[in-house]
Amino acid sequence: MPEKSQKHIITALVTNRAGVLTRISGLFARRGYNIDSLSVCSTNNPKLSRMTIVALGTDDEISQIVRQLDKLWDCHKIKIFEPNESVKRELLLIKVNVPADKRPEIESTANMMKVKIIDVGAASVICEMTGEPNKIDKFVELMQPYGILELARTGITALSRGSECLDDLEDYNEQISNR
Amino acid sequence: MKLKGAQIIVKCIEEQGIDTVYGYPGGTILDIFDALYEEKDKLTQILTCHEQGASHAADGYARATGKTGVVIATSGPGATNLVTGIATAYMDSVPLVAITGNVGTAFLGRDSFQEVDITGVTIPITKHNFMVKDVKELADTMRKAFFIAATGRPGPVLVDIPKDVQQAVTDYEFTQPRPIKPYFAENKYVAKAIDTINASSRPVLYIGGGCILSNASEALIKLSEKINAPVASSVMGLGAFPSSHPNYLGMIGMHGKANVAETLQKADLVIAIGTRFSDRVAGDRKNFCKQAKKIHIDIDLAELGKNVGADVAVMADARLAVEAMLPRINAKEDGKWITECRERRDADFLLGSDGKLCPRRIIKAVERLGSPDKIITTDVGQHQMWVAQTYNFEKPRTMITSGGLGTMGYGMGAAIGACMGSGKQTVLFTGDGCFHMNFNEVVTAAKLGLDITVLVFDNHTLGMVRQWQTLFYHRHYSSTDIDYPTDFVKLAEALGATGFKLERNEDIDDVISRAFATKGVKVIDCAIDKDEFVLPMIPAGKDLSDILTQKPIFN
Repeated sequence: MPEKSQKHIITALVTNRAGVLTRISGLFARRGYNIDSLSVCSTNNPKLSRMTIVALGTDDEISQIVRQLDKLWDCHKIKIFEPNESVKRELLLIKVNVPADKRPEIESTANMMKVKIIDVGAASVICEMTGEPNKIDKFVELMQPYGILELARTGITALSRGSECLDDLEDYNEQISNR
Repeated sequence: MKLKGAQIIVKCIEEQGIDTVYGYPGGTILDIFDALYEEKDKLTQILTCHEQGASHAADGYARATGKTGVVIATSGPGATNLVTGIATAYMDSVPLVAITGNVGTAFLGRDSFQEVDITGVTIPITKHNFMVKDVKELADTMRKAFFIAATGRPGPVLVDIPKDVQQAVTDYEFTQPRPIKPYFAENKYVAKAIDTINASSRPVLYIGGGCILSNASEALIKLSEKINAPVASSVMGLGAFPSSHPNYLGMIGMHGKANVAETLQKADLVIAIGTRFSDRVAGDRKNFCKQAKKIHIDIDLAELGKNVGADVAVMADARLAVEAMLPRINAKEDGKWITECRERRDADFLLGSDGKLCPRRIIKAVERLGSPDKIITTDVGQHQMWVAQTYNFEKPRTMITSGGLGTMGYGMGAAIGACMGSGKQTVLFTGDGCFHMNFNEVVTAAKLGLDITVLVFDNHTLGMVRQWQTLFYHRHYSSTDIDYPTDFVKLAEALGATGFKLERNEDIDDVISRAFATKGVKVIDCAIDKDEFVLPMIPAGKDLSDILTQKPIFN
């Protein structure tokens, strides 16, 4: 039976330099893998950026792409997150069409789901939500009937639970060059 | 010492102990060529006819010597002309540093004259590439480029340097190159590999180009003899194991020997070393040798499990891994399996051509005549496979061919680099299709007086494509009957070489001997038949048992 495709979260420390994103995303395209979401941020080390990539594939496919990524000289540490050993969050900004009389309704839904209303216009509100992607999906679904004007999601960012850090891993290129 | 960027680049090449660079000048690389002019007594600089030829020459130099090849070109078209050469080196893991000039930093990104984003273009075909915008980073970047090209699994690295960075001045100090250490780590997989070998009764060694890169020949001979394992080689591995060794069976893969395919189907363990189960070897990768266990040793972690899953995968340098395992592997006393394999090999044969000028006889004559340690280079197609099947390679780095990318037009440039790097007699086997692509470089070789003999297997067609059209495309010979009116003898003379014509089997030795005795570049036009086939053949994606050993009969 063919293995099941599912979403995997890959996280990597990469050189903080122009063009690195192209190398990473290009490798996915070239080898025929799709990126679901990708977020890049600076880290406590100014020389490194952190990438969190969500990609769809079987376990074998994802481990192959991670090994290919690891070979890039700008990709220093890389790891596939186990679903239960990591915390993952996403940020949502959503603009909803709300006439004044419906506003209390939205407010109460927002309160229940720990969603903040951060902008109020004459006939619209913008809500901000942070949470696991499935909760965000749920909230978006609840807003659907009011009329979503537009929304923006950051894609997942994640950290492993406990004191273990990505930085503890070995850099493949250093490993094969230095012994 | 204060130096210009261009001078620093040349100094950094010299630091690596490299004596020859290949290239072609142009607007944005003038400063580097000026610096080369100053250093011409230390660094030989070879001008080719085309940047592609230069890139293949640097590649051939690297393959023949084991040093890193260097190619230099200008921006824009100069840089893009390197692309095929860089991709060829990438697919075959050849250490190569390509240096390109680019327009000044103030002109970058403005579609300036002869500007191209060559670092962007070459991302998928280099191990890594750099654009240096600050002269202070130049020396370190150059050293890093050479280190990356040669370390681990070798490959090409490109350094793009804008013109103003080449002209800027900064401090330079000589630095010893960072040593390249092959990688091996004792771990549970090594132990598991040893147990698996000890438990096997019908092991086969399948070796590849990694065995040449890591100088594993001696270790492989010891391993094969200790466990009585027959040896099959991929195209890239030819020469890593001596063909004359009693345990050597021949080439594996699409055009591998039939006895190898049969042995693989009977084996209970395939030990793949320094190789990647390419589709041209594995065919139907999901069903490749299903009955056998597999041990896969390769320096590149991403190759382990990429094409064919292995029961034991060891990430390591081929030689170090085999050397580490050898003392702990039990010697196999039972000679039944190896005897069976040898008998199969001895009964196996390659088909010749009846009556017509026979390519295999020509190849055998080249093997017999001339210097015994000559270097063989090839282009791509039928002639390449005939050479790979027929020629008995005894030593590593004697077969120089574009295995992974299959670059037609590779051979002439590569022959120049290989001949210069090795200082040995060099023979290029090519076809009339391939030779038409890059014969311009005959001029380069002739000018240098290199001892290169070119054998053009001239069948007035693109033989390999024609073979596929015959087998799989209803004999629709679409665009393959090239029938160029080229007279290769006259062409050779026009380009400063000596031309010969070979038409009959009985003249083979005579013509080749005369050519070998002639100084400089020789071109032998070998008039072979259009409908020669490369056999055996396992059709693409098919199983080992689908091997075709005879030409099908058409009505």
